Amino acid sequence: MHPITTFHYLALSAALLLIGTVGVLTRRNVVIILMSIELILNAVNINLIAFSHALHNVNGQIFAIFVITDAVAEAAVGLGILIALFRNKETVQADEMDLLKW
Amino acid sequence: MLTDINTILFYVFAALVLGGGILTVTRRNAVHSAISLIVSLLGVAGLYLLQQAEFLFAVQIVLYVGGIMLLFLFVIMLVNLDLAAHQRQFNKQWLVALAAVAAVGAGVGYFLYRGKDAFHFAEGGAGLPPGLGNTEAIADSLFSEYLLPFEIASVLLLVAVVGSVVMAKKRI
Repeated sequence: MHPITTFHYLALSAALLLIGTVGVLTRRNVVIILMSIELILNAVNINLIAFSHALHNVNGQIFAIFVITDAVAEAAVGLGILIALFRNKETVQADEMDLLKW
Repeated sequence: MLTDINTILFYVFAALVLGGGILTVTRRNAVHSAISLIVSLLGVAGLYLLQQAEFLFAVQIVLYVGGIMLLFLFVIMLVNLDLAAHQRQFNKQWLVALAAVAAVGAGVGYFLYRGKDAFHFAEGGAGLPPGLGNTEAIADSLFSEYLLPFEIASVLLLVAVVGSVVMAKKRI
């Protein structure tokens, strides 16, 4: 069997990033859009860890920790906004929130 | 033999990650999406373990699966999603979005394929000092070289806590 190289991890990370982007761009439910953003952030982390492993350098893992911190902050604030939005508009569909539309 | 096991484990975890990801963006029920996302995140944790990032493996499980997904499930229960589950799931621009993502994917895939021989790194950096574990190495770097970003991250978390409470509060 052939060994796993950095290329495999990068290909997997690119695939996960594309799946997350499809979720953000096509879904209507805001909760699932937020989940897709988590998928994108995880794709970034796979990339960082792959290079950290390949270069025997711990800096990539530090960056991954900061990305996870940002993901936590983003999820907390995003879900808070979602609750406020649901209280005011009674909907969670992204394309029904069109106050700024012409 | 060890390489074989690593290869098999990589493909198992990759299948978990991609399968969970695809189910997350396609399920109608938000709870099913959340469960699929948990599977995907556990697969990512397994990949961290395969690459000797033990500390991040623990952080991924405790923080993502235990923290963020719990938050998501709470919000799913708090917000009434029954109506949304019976409506159209994808917006009107989904065809344009898929075409755009396919174009980006073709670009990324092409460059990955062309540059795949460039990823064989001849020799890594200085490497970890012998006898130093992964967690110790991260702590050493985090509390010396990255001390200022670490403190700024704590301020960010404080802002996020205050912000989410203000957002979710009925009247301020």
